[in-house]
Amino acid sequence: MSSNVITVPVGQTEARPWVDKLHQWLTTVDHKRLGILYIVSALLFLAAGGVEALIIRIQLMHSHNNFVSPEVFNQMFTMHGTTMIFFVAMPVLFGFANYLVPLMIGASDMAFPRLNAFSFWLSFLGGLLLYFSFVGGSGLYGAGSAPDVGWWSYAPLGARAFSPGHSSDYWTLALLVSGFGSIGTAINIIATILCLRCPGMKSSRMPLLVWMNLVMAGMVLLAITPLSAAQVMLLIDRYLGGHFFDTQAGGSAVLWMHFFWIFGHPEVYVLIIPCFAFMSEIIPVFSRKPIFGYPVMVAATVCIAFVSMSVWAHHMFTIGMNSYANSFFTLTTMVVGIPTGIKIFNWIGTMWGGRIQFKTAMLFSIGFLFQFLIAGLTGIMMAASPFDWQLSLSYFVVAHFHYVIVGGILFALFAAFYYWYPKMTGRMLSERLGKWHFWLFLIGFHLTFDVMHIPGILGMPRRIYTYEPGRGWDTLNFIISIGAFIQALAILIFVANLIISYFKGERAGNDPWDAWTLEWSTSSPPPAYNFATVPTVASRRPLWDLKHPEDPDSRYE
Amino acid sequence: MTATTSFPNPATEWRLPSRGKVAMAGLIIAESAIFTIFVVAYLFYMGKSTTGPTPSEVLETPIFYTICLLSSSLTIHLAAKSLQRDYRLFLVLLVLTIALGGLFLFGTGQEWHRLVYERGLTISTNLFGTTYYSLVGLHAFHVTAGLIMLSLVAIFGFIGRVGVDQSARIEVLSMYWHFVDAVWVVVFTVVYVLGR
Repeated sequence: MSSNVITVPVGQTEARPWVDKLHQWLTTVDHKRLGILYIVSALLFLAAGGVEALIIRIQLMHSHNNFVSPEVFNQMFTMHGTTMIFFVAMPVLFGFANYLVPLMIGASDMAFPRLNAFSFWLSFLGGLLLYFSFVGGSGLYGAGSAPDVGWWSYAPLGARAFSPGHSSDYWTLALLVSGFGSIGTAINIIATILCLRCPGMKSSRMPLLVWMNLVMAGMVLLAITPLSAAQVMLLIDRYLGGHFFDTQAGGSAVLWMHFFWIFGHPEVYVLIIPCFAFMSEIIPVFSRKPIFGYPVMVAATVCIAFVSMSVWAHHMFTIGMNSYANSFFTLTTMVVGIPTGIKIFNWIGTMWGGRIQFKTAMLFSIGFLFQFLIAGLTGIMMAASPFDWQLSLSYFVVAHFHYVIVGGILFALFAAFYYWYPKMTGRMLSERLGKWHFWLFLIGFHLTFDVMHIPGILGMPRRIYTYEPGRGWDTLNFIISIGAFIQALAILIFVANLIISYFKGERAGNDPWDAWTLEWSTSSPPPAYNFATVPTVASRRPLWDLKHPEDPDSRYE
Repeated sequence: MTATTSFPNPATEWRLPSRGKVAMAGLIIAESAIFTIFVVAYLFYMGKSTTGPTPSEVLETPIFYTICLLSSSLTIHLAAKSLQRDYRLFLVLLVLTIALGGLFLFGTGQEWHRLVYERGLTISTNLFGTTYYSLVGLHAFHVTAGLIMLSLVAIFGFIGRVGVDQSARIEVLSMYWHFVDAVWVVVFTVVYVLGR
């Protein structure tokens, strides 16, 4: 398979001056470089969001703590949420989609390379805008001030009167700008998948990662846009004196909630579906079996996408909707559990009877399966509106969605890092550091987020600055904070692994995992043009066909 | 083993949709969602203004300008079709499209001028003003963007740079223009029929 690469004369690969290299990276339109730029920028923002999380946890470590002021605390949880969703999770998933989708469908680049670069720089600019608010977002006393009204920016908190200065403006503009970037990327992913597949790559043969990213991109078109529209309305309110969310002029604060959550809930699936995609590629390879129930997986993904568009108001049970709305959103929310359950069974079915290899990527995948299941179960609990009335806005909810985002999305992402890092850099990540990373992170995660459910049930509200002693929250909060630091340590090991392995890692070769999808048929890292000749495929596992000409998959299609 | 022989060749011919059309369809879906949110806000706030003026007092139905915009959909469609057969006809129809779109935009401007200076309705007057100017303004913004793109094509057309090989691109632009027209049907119904 090494023949799939054109040998470049030595003179052309000589080391260039770093200014030249930097210029190349800044002006690149190559989907692989943009993918890496997305991922690296997301890791930078992950560090920022992580530090904010640690500050929150230090503040809540014991009662009556005043590690930071209440104002700073508000900024921390607002910035933490906004950063992690918009400038870590979205870009890192777009980065993987950018990198992998063209390779997996045998294309040489995305459908619109320049739009791709434009979209990346828009979302990056959005992140910079958000963080510039720390110095530029003049608050009450003219000092720099970051947004501090929560990542939902509920009306009327986002209005001029309650959010003076420019902190909320930076928040709005950052989300608007990065939202346009997301829409551009989504359009690009859809056009790439529909229009650039190599010969033979029928929709029934696309790798599941490609399928799920197609669904994700479709959801971005429908889910990010309501947020953009709502941000425009907020800007009109703040700058032109509009009354969209101004209750004194007849406007409605609840309308903002609806608009925000029409974005907010599908967004969860925008983030988790690409993680399902990683699982659907990684689990089969390390179980040495093809994916179980391919068509059902596709159907379940589409089904999740469809249903998730009509569940948003389960975030709003406590605002007092009528009983019909409560029943409807309880029902639809619970229905999402069915296709999701199908998926979990399919992954287990894939592992069942396989020769499982417990590489780090597989360990993270198994962690994902276990934790995502629990996250789903607390989700079903919260979906029941009477239960939600009791526990909404408590630490139980915080524990639930961190179980989804950290236990699900982040674990799947780590698996993806260990699985595709060899393709992106040509070097293997260290398995030894990887195991340390996995076990420490697993322990830290469970210490933090298993325990976090309990203060929620005991009545600890979310976003609280500090609390009275003697409510039974102290020890629990202390354990939660310890877990957070163990997770931070694990992430440091991960980053060290990324850096050390880049220079000293074992050479990966084209196909270190003996995998079956097209990206492993080209060199690691792939050349700028990806494939020297356009591949053609005859089954879902083109590399299996190639390696086993005596028993190709195509025979059974 | 070389790459060309490594994968079995598919027996059938391989055809995929045009990326321009797919991308424009994607953009239209995204834009539809944005407009939906603004339309929902308009409908939700109908009759909820705490002060005047109300839509029934100040709005006049812009039938003539609506006819202009809707017929421009026909002219751009015919223009895209005639590009391959009759270049002069293509240019005439393109200019006609721009003229009709421009006329519509002029109509919106005229209405806004009347509302602001004669009726005292601005975006900050009441909820009606806020929702009206933002919904109609969002649409007018899309008309403007379309007119800029159409004018670019017209300029290149007069220089003689729009060939038959560009017809796919003209069709993509035509899709956008049809979308802008379709949105106007919705906005018109909501603002001038239901809203009054």
